[in-house]
Amino acid sequence: MATSPKLDAKVPKGEIDQKWSKYRSTVHLVNPANKRSLEVIIVGSGLAGASAAASLAEMGYKVKVFCFQDSPRRAHSIAAQGGINAAKNYQNDGDSVYRLFYDTIKGGDYRAREGNVHRLAEVSGNIIDQCVAQGVPFAREYGGVLSNRSFGGTQVQRTFYAAGQTGQQLLLGAYSALQRQVGMGAVKLYARHEMLDVVNIDGKCRGIIARDLITGKLERHFGHAVLIASGGYGNVFYLSTNAMGSNVTAAWKAHKKGAFFGNPCYTQIHPTCIPVSGDHQSKLTLMSESLRNDGRIWVPKKAGDTRKPSEIPEEERDYYLERRYPAFGNLVPRDVASRAAKERCDAGFGVGASKLAVYLDFSANMMRYGQIEANKQNIHNPTKEKIRELGMAVVKEKYGNLFDMYKQITGEDPYEIPMRIYPAVHYTMGGLWVDYNLMTTVPGLYALGEANFSDHGANRLGASALMQGLADGYFVIPYTIGDYLSEEIRTKAIATDHEAFVKAEAEVQERINKLMTIKGTKSVDHFHKQLGKIMWDKCGMARNAAGLKQAIEEIKKLREDFWKDVRVTGEANEFNPELEKAGRVADFLELGELMCMDALNRNESCGGHFREEYQTEEGEAKRDDDNFAYVAAWENKGNNAWELHKEELIFENIKIAARSYK
Amino acid sequence: MSHGNMNLTLKVWKQKNKDAKGALETYQVKGISPDMSFLEMFDVLNEQLITEGKDPIAFDHDCREGICGMCSMFINGRPHGPVKGVTTCQLHMRSFKDGDTIVVEPWRSTAFPIVKDLAVDRSAFDRVIAAGGFVSVNTGNAKDANNILINKDDADDAFNAAACIGCGACVATCKNGSAMLFVSAKVSQLALLPQGQIEKEARVLSMVGQMDDEGFGACSVTGACEIECPKGISLENIARMNREFLGANIKSKH
Repeated sequence: MATSPKLDAKVPKGEIDQKWSKYRSTVHLVNPANKRSLEVIIVGSGLAGASAAASLAEMGYKVKVFCFQDSPRRAHSIAAQGGINAAKNYQNDGDSVYRLFYDTIKGGDYRAREGNVHRLAEVSGNIIDQCVAQGVPFAREYGGVLSNRSFGGTQVQRTFYAAGQTGQQLLLGAYSALQRQVGMGAVKLYARHEMLDVVNIDGKCRGIIARDLITGKLERHFGHAVLIASGGYGNVFYLSTNAMGSNVTAAWKAHKKGAFFGNPCYTQIHPTCIPVSGDHQSKLTLMSESLRNDGRIWVPKKAGDTRKPSEIPEEERDYYLERRYPAFGNLVPRDVASRAAKERCDAGFGVGASKLAVYLDFSANMMRYGQIEANKQNIHNPTKEKIRELGMAVVKEKYGNLFDMYKQITGEDPYEIPMRIYPAVHYTMGGLWVDYNLMTTVPGLYALGEANFSDHGANRLGASALMQGLADGYFVIPYTIGDYLSEEIRTKAIATDHEAFVKAEAEVQERINKLMTIKGTKSVDHFHKQLGKIMWDKCGMARNAAGLKQAIEEIKKLREDFWKDVRVTGEANEFNPELEKAGRVADFLELGELMCMDALNRNESCGGHFREEYQTEEGEAKRDDDNFAYVAAWENKGNNAWELHKEELIFENIKIAARSYK
Repeated sequence: MSHGNMNLTLKVWKQKNKDAKGALETYQVKGISPDMSFLEMFDVLNEQLITEGKDPIAFDHDCREGICGMCSMFINGRPHGPVKGVTTCQLHMRSFKDGDTIVVEPWRSTAFPIVKDLAVDRSAFDRVIAAGGFVSVNTGNAKDANNILINKDDADDAFNAAACIGCGACVATCKNGSAMLFVSAKVSQLALLPQGQIEKEARVLSMVGQMDDEGFGACSVTGACEIECPKGISLENIARMNREFLGANIKSKH
């Protein structure tokens, strides 16, 4: 069982497929009149934040939404490409709620909580319904029904999509629902605002301190509950597929004020990203997992082969995923695909100038699609060129924006030359520990979407981040928040001149003053890049005890240097992106250490966490269920010290087994 | 894996805040690689300015993959620079030559006040969406998704309109500072879909009304917006919105 009384997961009793429906029907409610006087603060306006804000405002709560971008529509959910999973079984291919539940638990390498994951699978279908009702233009078949595609870690087609811009379309749907409430005055929007602390009063979360990023002024905001929906922390690696502004600050402040941090070491390294081209690089760009649907991944069979890909004959190519994992082939989960790419490159088979890349090749499928089109259009004996032309049109419709983006970044045309790809940091499964209600260990403080740890275990399946963000916001929190707020109807809004607000604001101000007065010699980016390098080398795709111990020492030293020598230009009371970055990097410098500690503590390999000491002879991850079938929930003890608590994971419905995609 | 060898002269708009007077300042950047994005070139410049103890240039950016719509630089007289169909963050230095002089300004429009240097306030767009850019359907009201069948061509057209990233290049390039392409993209998306029919008249009237209140100019159909739109949003959307607007206006007069 859990080693801390605070780690009560509160999963309802009963059969797995009855838990949520029963809980939803019996959870305490707040009557409409009382909702009007209950205030909810939401930090972050991505899929989770925007959907929660719209839904809670529709129900009658008073909502405030904060985002650091200039508009809520720019949250990084916008960049999700491939799709969103739902157990609709529209393809008649044997999908079901149970199968989505099973795939997610297995995909997460048996390190997620069953109750939460089953609920996620149950509400997945509602999400698609809701989005379609909002006018989200999903891809459709000629008969007018919705179209699906395949994604990794599953053998059914359950992924709904809008070209390679699914996240954009879903976010714009949630954003329009949010703006509708803004227009009606039910939500007050604070764009270009950054949350810099949470305020707890008598053991409950009661508000936040935010900085107006244009004027630099600090503001105090009261809420009966605070929802952190600020996304993941992949930017601790400096180079990642996250947006430049994506950060851990809101979640980290919550952690420092009492919220336990769950499984910080679980990081998703995505297999198909555009490789690093130089040390000027500021971010990495993903090429959607959906491309693995139609693309085949290969490297030359001969190490160090310098021939052009077109000159390497079929029999001299190693389709290593198809070779190693015949059952799932190119559609193995992300952690497996990433490690396999790293293995080939480390062994000297990588391609391109840096030799840190593999090919993602569409030529075979382009011809296959072309043949199908030729048949459809009754073209008999088409020439090879004609087939290719027809096939290219199909590929263009499915992935056109991704191919254009690849060409723009690399200067190479992927319709002619196979893409070169390499793994990159993409998503963080870890996050604030939450119970079944999505509440952290601080009463009244919730975490939604990527900011929480709850549903993906040690590895997230593709197209499941969008599903989880929207599930949390549209269909979970509107119910579960009632459990807490029904007890708060007698709590009057607390005036923000309360001493707790005054004190929190003073602390935030002091930290800003400190950053502004160091006036050192090195830029914020300098420190961020150093941290990223330590994390990637020692807490990235492969980790080992010696490296992690070393990383912890290096991070401590780097943090010390940062607080002595960082140079933040400009003033605190103006629009100052350097100051914003400085605050975020300071938090990453603490988080990085905790990630390494967590990775060091977990003496097993599971999902995205690969410890070199724990692998099978074939190089597959070796879990240790006897000793590590638990969520590591870290309590902050101040001064960069943490205490580990454990929430035991109990598998009552799925037999815990070695994960095989062979 | 090193920097390149392009040297450039940059003339960049500097303005402390919305009330201050701005001016173009000249900077030299060296060792730029053709593989850098335009914003990475700005990173190099800012790093250099910080080292020299000078104020770096403030600019908006976030995803750096052409989808969030936050980056917004007016480069040599064109929003997002010389390459068609890309945002500033996806513009790469291989589109420029060693020795070039590049002029970089913010979006200029009455409706987009300057925040600082190259960053502007585009919240007017959010208010236009809040006025009607939605289907009024609360969470939990939806029926099974496949109960709404949509003709694939209509779905594709709606998607193409919905691909707008709200960057504001259309406004920045328009001599009238008109937001018609932006507003019409959202009106079209919903007008093309069955879900949008119930509110279509109220929507177009309300959104156009808000657009006018925000201080955006009138459309004189020069088509500059379509040419400069990084997402290829078509002028047809403006034609469709005009039809919707006229129809709604006639109906509302009865």
